[in-house]
Amino acid sequence: MKLTLHIWRQKSAKEKGAMATYQVDHISPDMSFLEMLDTLNEQLILNSEEPVAFDHDCREGICGACALTVNGVPHGPEAQTTICQLHMRKFNDGDALYVEPWRARAFPVVKDLVVDRSAFDRIMAAGGFVSAHTGGVPDANAILIGKDAADKAMDYAACIGCGACVAACKNSSAMLFVGAKISQYAHLPQGQPERKRRALAMVAKMDEEGFGACTNLYECEAVCPKGISVAGIALMNRDFLRAKLTYVETKTGGA
Amino acid sequence: MSLNANIPSGPLTQKWEKHRFEMKLINPANKRKYSVIVVGTGLAGASAAASLAELGYKVDAFCYQDSPRRAHSIAAQGGINAAKNYPNDGDSVYRLFYDTIKGGDYRAREGNVYRLAEVSNEIIDQCVAQGVPFAREYGGYLDNRSFGGAQVSRTFYARGQTGQQLLLGAYSAMMRQVGLGAVNLHARTELMDIVIVDGHARGIVTRNLCTGAVETWAADAVILATGGYANVFFLSTNAIACNVTASYRAYKKGAMFANPCYTQIHPTCIPVTGDHQSKLTLMSESLRNDGRIWVPKAVGDKRAPGDIPEADRDYYLERMYPSFGNLSPRDISSRAAKRVCDEGRGVGASGYGVYLDFADSIHRLGRGTIEERYGNLFEMYERITGENPYTVPMRIYPAAHYTMGGLWVDYNLMSTIPGLHVLGEANFSDHGANRLGASALMQGLADGYFVIPYTIANYFATAKTAKVTTDHPEFRKAEAEVRARMQTLLALNGKKTVAQIHRELGDVMWEFSGMGRNDAGLRKALERVPVLRDEFWNNAKVVGQGEEMNIALERAGRVADFLEFAEVMLHDALDRKESCGGHFREEYQSEDGEAKRDDENYAYVAAWEYAGVGVKPVLHKEELEFENVKLQTRSYK
Amino acid sequence: MASIVSYLKSSILSKVVMAATGVVLVAFLSGHMLGNTQMYLGQDKMNHYAETLQSLGVALWLIRGFIFLSVVLHIVTSINLKIINMRARPVAYVQKNWVKATIFSRTMLWTGVMIGLFVTYHIMHFTLGTTNPGSFHLTDAAGRHDVYTVVLLGYQNVAISAVYIAAMILLGFHLAHAISSAFQTLGVNHPKYTGIIETGSALVSLVIVCGFISVPLGVLLGFIKPVAVLAAGGM
Ligand SMILES: Cc1cc2nc3c(=O)[nH]c(=O)nc-3n(C[C@H](O)[C@H](O)[C@H](O)COP(=O)(O)OP(=O)(O)OC[C@H]3O[C@@H](n4cnc5c(N)ncnc54)[C@H](O)[C@@H]3O)c2cc1C
Ligand code: FES
Repeated sequence: MKLTLHIWRQKSAKEKGAMATYQVDHISPDMSFLEMLDTLNEQLILNSEEPVAFDHDCREGICGACALTVNGVPHGPEAQTTICQLHMRKFNDGDALYVEPWRARAFPVVKDLVVDRSAFDRIMAAGGFVSAHTGGVPDANAILIGKDAADKAMDYAACIGCGACVAACKNSSAMLFVGAKISQYAHLPQGQPERKRRALAMVAKMDEEGFGACTNLYECEAVCPKGISVAGIALMNRDFLRAKLTYVETKTGGA
Repeated sequence: MSLNANIPSGPLTQKWEKHRFEMKLINPANKRKYSVIVVGTGLAGASAAASLAELGYKVDAFCYQDSPRRAHSIAAQGGINAAKNYPNDGDSVYRLFYDTIKGGDYRAREGNVYRLAEVSNEIIDQCVAQGVPFAREYGGYLDNRSFGGAQVSRTFYARGQTGQQLLLGAYSAMMRQVGLGAVNLHARTELMDIVIVDGHARGIVTRNLCTGAVETWAADAVILATGGYANVFFLSTNAIACNVTASYRAYKKGAMFANPCYTQIHPTCIPVTGDHQSKLTLMSESLRNDGRIWVPKAVGDKRAPGDIPEADRDYYLERMYPSFGNLSPRDISSRAAKRVCDEGRGVGASGYGVYLDFADSIHRLGRGTIEERYGNLFEMYERITGENPYTVPMRIYPAAHYTMGGLWVDYNLMSTIPGLHVLGEANFSDHGANRLGASALMQGLADGYFVIPYTIANYFATAKTAKVTTDHPEFRKAEAEVRARMQTLLALNGKKTVAQIHRELGDVMWEFSGMGRNDAGLRKALERVPVLRDEFWNNAKVVGQGEEMNIALERAGRVADFLEFAEVMLHDALDRKESCGGHFREEYQSEDGEAKRDDENYAYVAAWEYAGVGVKPVLHKEELEFENVKLQTRSYK
Repeated sequence: MASIVSYLKSSILSKVVMAATGVVLVAFLSGHMLGNTQMYLGQDKMNHYAETLQSLGVALWLIRGFIFLSVVLHIVTSINLKIINMRARPVAYVQKNWVKATIFSRTMLWTGVMIGLFVTYHIMHFTLGTTNPGSFHLTDAAGRHDVYTVVLLGYQNVAISAVYIAAMILLGFHLAHAISSAFQTLGVNHPKYTGIIETGSALVSLVIVCGFISVPLGVLLGFIKPVAVLAAGGM
C-alpha cells in the first residue's frame, strides 16, 4: 500500500505548527497505524530529518498513551479501537490521511502530535481517589458489592485516560473522563463517604484547567476506545448538583 | 564482596513478624525530615510512593510516560494471586509459598517467598478498600479463578484488565498524596544516572523529556521500581519504552545484577507478521482453559486448519503432559511450541506458530459461553490479525514477556549499594527461575505497600547519613557525564537507525539466548553483541537536538544500555550450566527433553558485579538454603 | 454576587441553568402552542381565550416576567458557555469529522440566535403591535380585542407565514436536541429509560412544531377562515 500523510508538525509549544505532507510506500496491511508511522520515522531519520513525535507505549490499547486524530476522528475510523490497535488493512491503497494531535487548550502541544495531558492527573489529584491509606482496612469480603454494581463500576473504571473524549468534543470538554471516575466510585460502597466532596473537587478542578462544557453531543462516547457511556456524565451532573445544594464542609477545631 | 541477604533467623513462618519487630522505627514527627526518590510509578513504584508519603516521608516520584497511570503494569491482564482461600479449595499461605518456590524451580529464597505469600492477602484487602472493582459474585463476594496452571482458584481479577485496575488504585492513592503536597510528581522525566555519595545512593540525574533539561535530585534514599528488561529481545510483550537503563546505570555504579539470564517466554502471543513488527501482543493465558493447542502431525503440511482431519493433528501438550495438558506452565508450553516449530510443523506464513483451537469448546459449551468468557480477547485477536477465531483457530507463538532477573536485593529490598532499594520486576527477588501467572502483580504491590515502608525506616534509622544537596561534587560529576554521553549520542551520524540495531540485537538474543540456549550459541552471541555495539557507536544515526523533545535520542540512550547489558545476560546464561525454569540449556535436559537442574552446583543466586564495558563481570554467589521445602524435579506430566 | 460569578464559572451549573430555563421555555411553548390551536375553534373561542389571559392581570405579568427572566438567563448562559467552549479549543482541527454528533446538536447556538431574532419580531408583531399597527387594534362583535383576526390577517401574508414556518422549523431543530439534552444535564439518564426519553423528546418537539406551523398553514390553506367568510355561512 501507498499513502499520502498530512501530518501536523510543531517544533515546540511556543512555536506555530503547520501540516506537512509525506509519502509512505511499502505499507503492509498487517502493520498497525503506529508501525506505519514508525516506518515513516525510519525514512525521515535516514534523510536526516526529525522523526514525527507521537505518544505511545503499550501498543495494546490499554495504557492510553497513544493519541492522534486521523481525518478528524480521534483514534481513527474503527470504533472502540485505539490508534495503536488500528491496522492498516482498514485503509485503502492511495488514501490521503490527515493526522493531527488532540486539540484543546487544556492539552497544549508539546511537539508534533504529542500533547500535555497532565491536566487529567491534576483532576485526579483533586479528588479521584478513595482516601484509604495503606494498612488497617477490613477484609476484602467484608465489603459486599453485588455483581451488578461491581460490573457497573468496572464499566467506568475501564477508562484509559487517553483524552479522546476531549479531542472529539466540539467544546474540548473533559466531562466523560471526569464523569467516568466519579461514576466508578459512585457505584461502590467505598466511594460513598467522600462522594460529595469528590464531585465538587473534581469538577472545580476540571473547570479550572480550561476544559469546555458539555453540550451533550455524545461525540465523546462515540470515539471512546473503551465505550464509556455518557450516562456517567449525567451521574456526575446529578452528584455535583446535589453536592452543591447540600454539602457543607464540617469544620472541627482544637485537639 | 560477600552477599548478605539479611534473612532473619528463626522459623519460616515467623521471620517477617520477628524482623518487623526488630527493625528500627522512625518517630512520626521525624519522618518528614527524610526524603525518598521513587523512580517508576508502576504497581511497585506507585504503591511505594503512596505508602511512604502517607507515613510522612517527603517523596519525589518519576516516570518516563506522560502520566504515572501509564506505567507498564497497566497491561497485565490475567489477575493477581492471594492465599485467601475464599473458594475453600485447600489454599493457604503455605501452599502459595510452596507453589511459588516450586514454580520458580527452586531458585528463589524461602524467606522472601514466604513473606510474599503472607502479605498477599493484605494486598487484596487494600485494593478493595481503594475501590478496585474486582469481579464479584451475585451475592457480593469476590470471585476467584484458577490461573497459570495453579491447582487452586486463588486468582483475583477485574475482567481482562487486572493490572490496569490495580495500577489505577495505586495511582489514585499516589495522586491523593500529590494533591496533599506529599509527593512531587515528575512525569516525562527519565532517569539517566544514579548518584552515589560516600558509598550511599543519594540522588539521581534525569532528563526532562519535554524540554531536554538535565537535572539532579538529592534525597536520603533512592528506590528503583523501573520494571523489567524484556525489550532486550526487541520484540516482547512489554511496552515500547520499557528499558534496562535505570537498573543498568545502578549496576554500573556498583549494584549487583542477579540472575539476568532468567527470562520468561510467554507461550500465548500473536505471532510475528513481518519486519515492521514493533512489539508482540499477549493473548491472555486464560485462553488455554478452553483452547486446545495443536500442529499438523506431518512436516510441511500446509493445508488450511479446517482441512486437517483429527487423525493428522498433534495435540502435543496433551500428548506430552497428560495431567496438565494445555495448562502446562509457561516455560514448558513455550519450549514445546518451539520444538514442534523447529521440526517444521509450525503453522502460518512464517512457520512460527501453533494453533489454539476453540472448535471443541464452542461445540461443547456453545459460542455464547465462549464469547462471554473471551469475547474481548477474540475481538482483539481479530483486530490485529484480521482473522475470526470463532471459525479459524488462533495462531500463537511464544514471546519474551517477563524478566525474573534484576538487581540483587537483600530481604529488605536493598541492593548492594546502601540506600538504593529496588522493587517490583526490577529486582530479582521472589520468582526464582520462572514466574507463575498472576504473581508479578502480587510481588510489585507487596514490595510497595507492605515491605518497603517498614524496611526503609530501618535503613534511615541505622544508616544515619548526613544531608547532601545537589551542589555536592558527585552530583556535578554525574550530571557532566550524562551531558557528555548525550552529546556523543547526538553526534552519531551513521547510516543505520537505532531501531535497526535494536532489532538486530533482539534477533541475536532471541536466537541464542531465548527459549533454548547452548554453549556454542551463547559464545557466538557473546561475539556478536560487541560487534553490534561497535556498529551502534560508529554507524548509528541520531537526529535532532538535546534541548527539546527528541524521541530519537531517547531511544538511542536506551538501546545503548541494552547493548551493554545483553552481554551480562549472556555471561550469566553461559555460566549457569544447568536448565532451570525459564533458563533452558539444551545440553542439560532429560531424555524426553525436560529441564535438568543441578541443585548440587547451581542452587545459588548469581550476582554479577560490573567490571567494565565488554569485560566479563565478576560473579558473586548467594547460596540458596532450603530448610522447609524439599528440592524435587518439577514434573507436570 | 459571588454566587453569580461561581455559576458563570462553573460548567455544570451553567449547563443546569440552560437546562432548567429550557424546561420553562418548553413548558411555555407547549402552552402557547395549545393556545394557538384555539384558532381552529373559531373567533369567539380564540378571543375569549385571549381575554382570559389578559384578565389575569398581575399574574400574567408575573408569568411574563418569569418567562422573560428564563429567556434572558438562557441567552446569557449560552453566551457564557460559548465563550468558555471557544476558549477551550484555541487551535482548530485542519480536518474534523463527526461520528455521532448530529447537525442539530452542533448548531444549537445558531438555531438559538435565529429563534431569538424571530421571537423579537414575533413580539413586535403580535404583542406590541409595532410591525403591523394597522391591523392590530381590531375588536370583535363583543368588543374584545380581536386576536383571531389579527392572527389571521398576519398569516394571510405569505411572507410573514413563510418566516414564521421557517422559524418554527429551526425551533424544531433546536428542540430536537434540547429536550433530551436537558434530561441528561439534569442527571436523568438510565439505560431503561433513555430510549423513552429520546423518543418522547422527539415527539414533543414534533408536536410543538407541528402545532405552531399548523396555524399559518391552516390560514394559507383556508382551514382557518376570516370572520366575514364565517358569517357568510361558509363552512
Ligand atoms: C502483557 C503483560 C501481561 C501481564 N499480565 C500479568 C498478570 O496477569 N499477572 C501478573 O501478576 N503479572 C502480569 N504481568 C507482569 C506484570 O505486569 C509486571 O511484571 C509488573 O506490572 C511490573 O510492575 P513494576 O511496577 O515493577 O514495573 P512497571 O509497571 O513496568 O513500571 C515501571 C515504571 O518505571 C518507570 N521507568 C522505567 N524506566 C525508567 C527510567 N529510566 N526513568 C524513569 N522512569 C522509568 C516507568 O515510567 C514506569 O513508571 C504481565 C506483563 C505483561 C507485559
Ligand atoms: S499505546 Fe497504549 S493504548 Fe495505545
